[in-house]
Amino acid sequence: MTTAPLVAISGLTVAFDGQPALRGIDLAVAPGEAVGLVGESGCGKSVTWLAALGLLPPRARIGGSARIDGTELIGASAATLDRVRGGRVAMIFQDPASSLNPVHRIGRQIAEALMLHRGMAGRAAREEARRLLDQVGIPDATRRLDAYPHELSGGQNQRVMIAIALAGRPELLVADEPTTALDVTIQAQILDLLQQLRRDTGMALVLISHDLGVVADTCERVCVMYAGRIVEEAPTDRLFAHAAHPYTRGLIGALPPIDGPRRPLLAIPGGVPEPWAMPPGCAFAPRCAQRVPACDACLPADAAVADGHRAACLRAVTASIPAEHAVA
Amino acid sequence: MLRFLAFRLARAALTIAMVVTFAFIVLRMSGDPAQIIMGADAPPEAVDAFRTAWGLDRPLWEQYFHYFGAILSGDLGRSMRDGRDAIVLVAERIPATLALTIPALLIKVGIGVPAGIYAALHRNSLADRIVMVIAVAGFTVPSFVLGLILVLVFAVQLGWLPSGGQESWRHAILPIITLGVGGAAVLARFTRSAMLEVLGQPFIRTASAKGVPWRMVVTNHALPNAAIPTVTIIGFMVGSLIAGAVVVESVFSWPGVGRLLVVAVSNRDLAVVQCILLLVACTMVVANLVVDLLYGLLDPRLRSAPRQATA
Amino acid sequence: MRVGAELLKAEGLVRRYAMRRGMFGRSVELRAVDGVSLTIERGRTLGLVGESGCGKSTTGRLVLGMETPDAGSVAFDGRPVPPPGTAAWRALRARMQMVFQDPLGALDRRLPIGVQVAEPLDIHGIGARSERAARVESLLLAVGLRADQGARYPHELSGGQRQRAVLARALATDPALLVCDEPISALDVSIQAQVMNLLVDLQERFGMGMLFVSHDLRAVRQVSHRVAVMYLGRIVEEGEPDAVLQDPAHPYARALVAAIPHPGRSGRRTVLQGDPPNPADRPSGCAFHPRCPVASARCTQDAPTLKRRPDGRMIACHVAQGDAAPGRGVLAEAA
Repeated sequence: MTTAPLVAISGLTVAFDGQPALRGIDLAVAPGEAVGLVGESGCGKSVTWLAALGLLPPRARIGGSARIDGTELIGASAATLDRVRGGRVAMIFQDPASSLNPVHRIGRQIAEALMLHRGMAGRAAREEARRLLDQVGIPDATRRLDAYPHELSGGQNQRVMIAIALAGRPELLVADEPTTALDVTIQAQILDLLQQLRRDTGMALVLISHDLGVVADTCERVCVMYAGRIVEEAPTDRLFAHAAHPYTRGLIGALPPIDGPRRPLLAIPGGVPEPWAMPPGCAFAPRCAQRVPACDACLPADAAVADGHRAACLRAVTASIPAEHAVA
Repeated sequence: MLRFLAFRLARAALTIAMVVTFAFIVLRMSGDPAQIIMGADAPPEAVDAFRTAWGLDRPLWEQYFHYFGAILSGDLGRSMRDGRDAIVLVAERIPATLALTIPALLIKVGIGVPAGIYAALHRNSLADRIVMVIAVAGFTVPSFVLGLILVLVFAVQLGWLPSGGQESWRHAILPIITLGVGGAAVLARFTRSAMLEVLGQPFIRTASAKGVPWRMVVTNHALPNAAIPTVTIIGFMVGSLIAGAVVVESVFSWPGVGRLLVVAVSNRDLAVVQCILLLVACTMVVANLVVDLLYGLLDPRLRSAPRQATA
Repeated sequence: MRVGAELLKAEGLVRRYAMRRGMFGRSVELRAVDGVSLTIERGRTLGLVGESGCGKSTTGRLVLGMETPDAGSVAFDGRPVPPPGTAAWRALRARMQMVFQDPLGALDRRLPIGVQVAEPLDIHGIGARSERAARVESLLLAVGLRADQGARYPHELSGGQRQRAVLARALATDPALLVCDEPISALDVSIQAQVMNLLVDLQERFGMGMLFVSHDLRAVRQVSHRVAVMYLGRIVEEGEPDAVLQDPAHPYARALVAAIPHPGRSGRRTVLQGDPPNPADRPSGCAFHPRCPVASARCTQDAPTLKRRPDGRMIACHVAQGDAAPGRGVLAEAA
């Protein structure tokens, strides 16, 4: 990557009550780019960003570094974090209905962010809040300012969350499973909206999802996480055509195709290891068809497979064959 | 809105009518007032005359309808002891009771709510554990035990405060503390769990992710939501302002409504007992009504949220 | 017991609920299911797809007789399904089983899964007591669990293993019909694939008919032989999964297909506007018309009926049936 990263995470670790949740994350996000973070539940994809922004509960033990434009966020003061959160980096979450305060009006919740990050109050804040609701595609924005979250649908609430996120004019929006709780047609609306806003504002986007399809639609680069580590990272097209890590290939194979002959899916056997029973070597080894004895010896290091494509697998370089489900 | 109010008022009236009926039946079943008031050695003719004078010789259902009709016309009867109006007797005692229960309520809310909030915000800290130990002790120890302990320590041993009576403000201190501690303990525990519940909600994380400083997250986002369940308990305490001091008034010989009730019950002074029970029922019902209306103010979801009924 | 023979036939199912709006509101009638007819064949799967509130789960419960329809009928094996709660219904339930979204909620936390798999055998008195242990073991093996895992409690298993245990229990009575309500939605991607493979595999071995209720067209295509798309209590399109996916005829089916996120699908797709409608506030005419990009004047007044096209596809749309010229949608026409 030639441009200096906007956010640089290195060696980030998180443990809850002694159980590791993140085991060394290295991830850089350049200004304006869209990065997808994919993995199954418990892989640490959300924890990575909650840790970077200081949003984890106090019992979480955090190590490593997360910097925005050189400013360290891990262990930073509350004042520093409050300026970054919602200002330079905004975040939206999975369940929009419960992510909004049920007793405050929509307009007030947007205005709060405007006050904090842009010093706007009163009439100016209300006008700007209305403009933001317009921008995220909520019809009849003026009236909606006085609505409560329970009066809106799930899709509209997620739009409100996005409006709140936009209020601080962030350079990066972290969207944590933003469409998982929504209906299929609404999911498409929200993903479209995120794309359009990125084009209009030039902000970077990190899209956290369990669904490779969702990420493929939206992001230029994808990081695949497994058991607290990034196991593969590649430009989106390359990942789907030439996935190097067996886990990535498994995830792609597990997606039901939308055309072609129907045959059994390439399901990955077994399940994700529990944090207290991590395999000594590669965490994926027990489920891996390409496993060799060396896989159990130690954690595989990141290896470059191609330009901008790295994988943490001993067999990645030699086994860099196209994935079975490569899509034309 | 009007439909809702009318419905709630009708329900309140029904509750009060049920209390009145229940009190009437239980009191008539539990012994002959004539015999008790006239004394065991009173001549039978005198007891019969008493019965006739108070209508106790009429059939029970007739007494009931007569009594109910009287209440509806505002007549709460007269004391069988001294013939004065029951309502006057009770009203005389209300200020003394409120002199205990209102300061006690202030203690409950003023100590219980902040202690609960503090404990929740510092969950699992030493302070949290101390608050919770005190809270558990505070509401497991019955008020008459606590009252007696306080009397033993501050009146008998240290001699700082009087042990009973109503001569000066110093006499009120121990009963007020006795009343306040238990309620504060209940409120502290309740507020703490309400706060913890709210602090675990996703919208709290949203507020932090927005860059709202923690202090404002607590005051602007957590407290308004935690207030919703806490108000229920406070409403219940307000409802018991008049009847909540029966035990403590007895322990400290405080001449309030509670003590009047105890005396009237042991004397089978029917009109007085019924008058107090009616008053208690009314305050409870009014407090509940106010809590319901407050809910609507505090929680917009209750104003318009769709509710699924059974098919 | 021929594959493809009719197993269950539901006709004109209607289910209404009363719903109260707000604290002070009046009760409103909500039609969760509004005239659904469907057929499930032996050894075949019917996929039922739609968004939340479209009535697909209610349809699943109506089919099993767990709820009584307000109108319409369900026939199983050519005979009407008896009213729920009766002895005849309970006997029939052994042949019709249901699998839910949340396996942990469906299992009893206090009992080992082996005991729970044996339970239907005890309830319906199937097999000799001595044979049941062997039967449980073969059921566990059939769903890909080890025999020794029968001694495990639900919380000791992973989400995927729990759903396998639920399936083993559902299969215990050798049912002829299996209704699966979002059986994979709560599972991780790699586990979803395992369960979908298992469903297909079990159907090949045991030959039961299936109703697969899901919001995910990809999953429906993977396991179904026919697919019915529901919108607001009605089936709006029904046909072969591949045909529907490649050439959806109803504008709503088109939108659902377009909304499938899938790697390698390039180009801007048409995104459906608006929110899923409130079943308590049903639009006039075709229920889809407020969101429909091709709605015409007729669609706002006249509800289309489900009709069969010459190629066998069933569609309920004036425009797709050629009875109305395509409009530009209600929003565009109003503007």
